[in-house]
Amino acid sequence: MTEAATKLTKADFQSDQDIRWCPGCGDYSILAQVQNVMPELGVPKEKVVFVSGIGCSSRFPYYMNTYGLHSIHGRAPAVATGVKCMSPDLSVWVVTGDGDGLSIGGNHFIHAIRRNVDLNVLMFNNRIYGLTKGQYSPTSELGKKTKSTPMGSVDYPLHPISLALGAEATFVARTMDVDPKSLRYCVKRAAEHKGIAFVEIYQNCNIFNDGAYDSIVEKSIRSDRVLYLEHGKPMIFGKDMNKGLKLNGFQLEVATIGENGVTEKDIVVHDETNPDPTMAFLLSRLDEATFPVPMGVFRAVRRPAFDEMMNDQVKAATQKSGPGDLDSLLNQGDTWEVH
Amino acid sequence: MVNRPGSPRWELPEPKEHLALSPQTEAASAAKPLEEHSHLVVRFAGDSGDGMQITGSQFTATNAVYGNDLATLPDFPAEIRAPAGTLAGVSGFQLNFGSQKIYTAGDQPDVFVTMNPAALKVNLPELPNGCVIIANEDAFTDRNLKMAGFASNPLADDSLSKFRVYPVKISTLTNNALADVEMSAKDKARCKNFFALGLIYWMFNRSPEQTMRFLKDKFSKKPVILEANEKAMRAGMNYGETAEAFTTRYEVKEAQLTPGKYRNITGNSAMAIGLVAASKLSGVPLFLGSYPITPASDILHELSRYKNFGIMTFQAEDEIAAVCSAIGAAFAGYLGLTTTSGPGIALKAEAIGLAVMTELPLLIVNVQRGGPSTGLPTKTEQADLLQAMYGRNGECPVAIVAPSTPGDCFHIAIEATRIATKYMTPVMILSDGYLANGAEAWRLPRISDLPRIDVKFRTDPSGYKPYLRDENLARPWVRPGTPGLEHRIGGIEKQDITGNVNYEARNHEHMVKLRAQKIANIAKDIPALKVLGDPEGDVLVVGWGSTYGSITAAVEELRAQGKRVSGVHLRHLNPFPPNLGEILGKFRKVIVPEMNAGQLVKIIRATFNVPAIGVNKIQGQPFRKREVVDGILTHL
Ligand SMILES: Cc1ncc(C[n+]2csc(CCOP(=O)(O)OP(=O)(O)O)c2C)c(N)n1
Ligand code: SF4
Repeated sequence: MTEAATKLTKADFQSDQDIRWCPGCGDYSILAQVQNVMPELGVPKEKVVFVSGIGCSSRFPYYMNTYGLHSIHGRAPAVATGVKCMSPDLSVWVVTGDGDGLSIGGNHFIHAIRRNVDLNVLMFNNRIYGLTKGQYSPTSELGKKTKSTPMGSVDYPLHPISLALGAEATFVARTMDVDPKSLRYCVKRAAEHKGIAFVEIYQNCNIFNDGAYDSIVEKSIRSDRVLYLEHGKPMIFGKDMNKGLKLNGFQLEVATIGENGVTEKDIVVHDETNPDPTMAFLLSRLDEATFPVPMGVFRAVRRPAFDEMMNDQVKAATQKSGPGDLDSLLNQGDTWEVH
Repeated sequence: MVNRPGSPRWELPEPKEHLALSPQTEAASAAKPLEEHSHLVVRFAGDSGDGMQITGSQFTATNAVYGNDLATLPDFPAEIRAPAGTLAGVSGFQLNFGSQKIYTAGDQPDVFVTMNPAALKVNLPELPNGCVIIANEDAFTDRNLKMAGFASNPLADDSLSKFRVYPVKISTLTNNALADVEMSAKDKARCKNFFALGLIYWMFNRSPEQTMRFLKDKFSKKPVILEANEKAMRAGMNYGETAEAFTTRYEVKEAQLTPGKYRNITGNSAMAIGLVAASKLSGVPLFLGSYPITPASDILHELSRYKNFGIMTFQAEDEIAAVCSAIGAAFAGYLGLTTTSGPGIALKAEAIGLAVMTELPLLIVNVQRGGPSTGLPTKTEQADLLQAMYGRNGECPVAIVAPSTPGDCFHIAIEATRIATKYMTPVMILSDGYLANGAEAWRLPRISDLPRIDVKFRTDPSGYKPYLRDENLARPWVRPGTPGLEHRIGGIEKQDITGNVNYEARNHEHMVKLRAQKIANIAKDIPALKVLGDPEGDVLVVGWGSTYGSITAAVEELRAQGKRVSGVHLRHLNPFPPNLGEILGKFRKVIVPEMNAGQLVKIIRATFNVPAIGVNKIQGQPFRKREVVDGILTHL
């Protein structure tokens, strides 16, 4: 950690722009926690770049007193790839929404993940299109009634974490706007990860999809509805911390410790470093209605990052052939002299 | 005088025994007369698998090294391997080489080499009376004739009587020549294009040395293929010597070119090294984000090989990601480049708007092809000018430049970089399929003659605002990582100077005008147009891009006939050179030949209020000189 960086505070990361989100929007909490975490990362603020697409969430860069580029709808991962490849010493963040990242930008999303570009992707998932005033999104539940689906949507939703894992993500986490501690933890872990880091953040849009996550994140029931994943620890949850996930063949099931002969040993131990993403995938598939919702780091494995390898090739080529010489470039192939 | 590798007449390099010409053939050679020409046009055509592009480019390289001026037109089908023997699968390559200045690949061939009936069928309408046709007789089988739609064998009936036809059993002769080479019959058959090339070398009195070097290089790890191709080529040469049918050989002497060092270069290649040069001259590393598309992919391929110049190439998942990554690189303080063809530009339009709004330098290369939609992927057209000018939402001006010859692609890349970085703007380069794949004998520029591109990055935080303006109305370029200059930009309308998000009515109008003014100001900073011919007269022919060669040749021809015709050629299309309006005013008529339905002509009419007339060709093929001449004459 550089000396200058240690002296930074949350205030250093707050820009002078008026924040234009609706009062009560979950985005405020996310912004606050990201600004809280930034000083802890040991990165000077001039080395931080936030790139976003379009949507309510994508206004984020304006509020961060770092470098920022508010790009076009869905394309932030591609823009950020260009930034990161040319400036590998920058800490590059992508802020996107469920519509921005999974609908119009779905292609860039999976390819940035597949390439393992060293980006931190924060997806604010409010299961609705906020900025365009409330149409259903690719994460809205089937049958969702919105302005564009008065009879209910007939689109099956995507599971962002399943998609990220399917696209070979090396780091995947989930957290929620109403849980500052978990938010800070996931954001920090993402920042520390070298390679693509994808964080899905459950975010409440109190205007167009209010309460979308109430059945999960509501304080009074949260401990029964949320499973906090911890590396090396059994997957236990519940008010009394006596429920856990147990493997039955290829399926996970909820078991109660102390009932039907189930002991803590029967509960699956979370291994975020498992090179095989199968368990992480199973966790991403749990049906919200009958299972707890996993939060925290699903997967964190190391693999050379795209930008690293790109820059290595440039270095290797320069070492092998020497720094390019314009004269020999022009004189390539057969030349002849006219006097 | 030309100094070239190898001496004036072709000497066989260290002839191996089986390759040496026999004493008789040398005697025969002396007996066959050389007919001298100031220029000749040769066209090779065959199946796309027949290797006609290699044959053509080898003959080109040899003539280039010999010292001819030249221009080429490769013409291949969109399918990689259309069914053999079909009309759809015909691939052609035309070369015009001369001892005089060569502007175009030539209107019609003097010598036509055809490897099968389909190639003959496709090209027949374009062959002039007296054209020499060398045909691979072996391929004129019943089956192939039928596929090509010939009722009877044209080599046997008298339907080709107005040409000078030489049927040669190229396949058989190649096979015989390779009798003692250990390879499959199929592989042997694939050497027949080198037999044809050998015959052509004999016919045009050219040394096979250059091709020998090419083969040695290409097949250094496959000695059998090297030997086979070499033998096939020698056999072709020897065949010319001995076959009684061939009575004449042709001589095209070296051209009196401007002194200097030359090489043969295609437009795509020149564009690639021009971009590398621009990066060197500006001292700013280059990032290319690209998605493969014909006919632009070769620029991606070539730049991918120049990593030691600090160039990074990124094959993105689509054109949108390609341009966006280049914008990201530009935001990071590097030269952002994206290369594509028309359909790709359509996809990039929104992102180009972002670069206009964020006022970042961005290089966009459009190697145009026939459209709309997928159109004619391998054919040339100039139909994306209006797209470049107006094809984005909102008032969204970008600077536009267009190279005029393959070699000019080098210089235009440097010019585009200069404009982009000086004015903080996207610049679109409009090349096309003809320039991209066509080649010319190109005089290498001296590095000391190339412009320096001064790029300044702002590092001083005091008084910094993202949209401050310099004397060119350009805003400061800042590299993220620079302390104290953290700032946010994006596609939402900006307040001038501060760069803050701003939706006020007056500010928007001000910003729209300012962005337009910034581009308009470039006119003060580009060279005035030079008129070809007299500064006033009956007709001014206005061209842009790849039509330079045909138009110049046509104007020169008409002037030689005493017609009061002049020409100007535009390399800058937005803004126009400062004196264009004045020049237009000095002529009774303005004629604009274009390979489209009339695009520049519309802009000229609208901008200068002159009744300009279009001469248009929309066939996926460049103009012939004749077509331009006729087009002008109808209005003279
Ligand atoms: C090319 C393009 N198409 C459509 C839009 C309109 N648009 C802006 S944001 C958005 C959806 C945003 O949804 P989401 O990503 O979930 O973000 P949220 O506003 O909910 O944070 C749409 C459709 C646009 N800006 N650009
Ligand atoms: S519309 Fe929804 S997501 Fe957008 S700012 Fe308002 S509350 Fe937040």
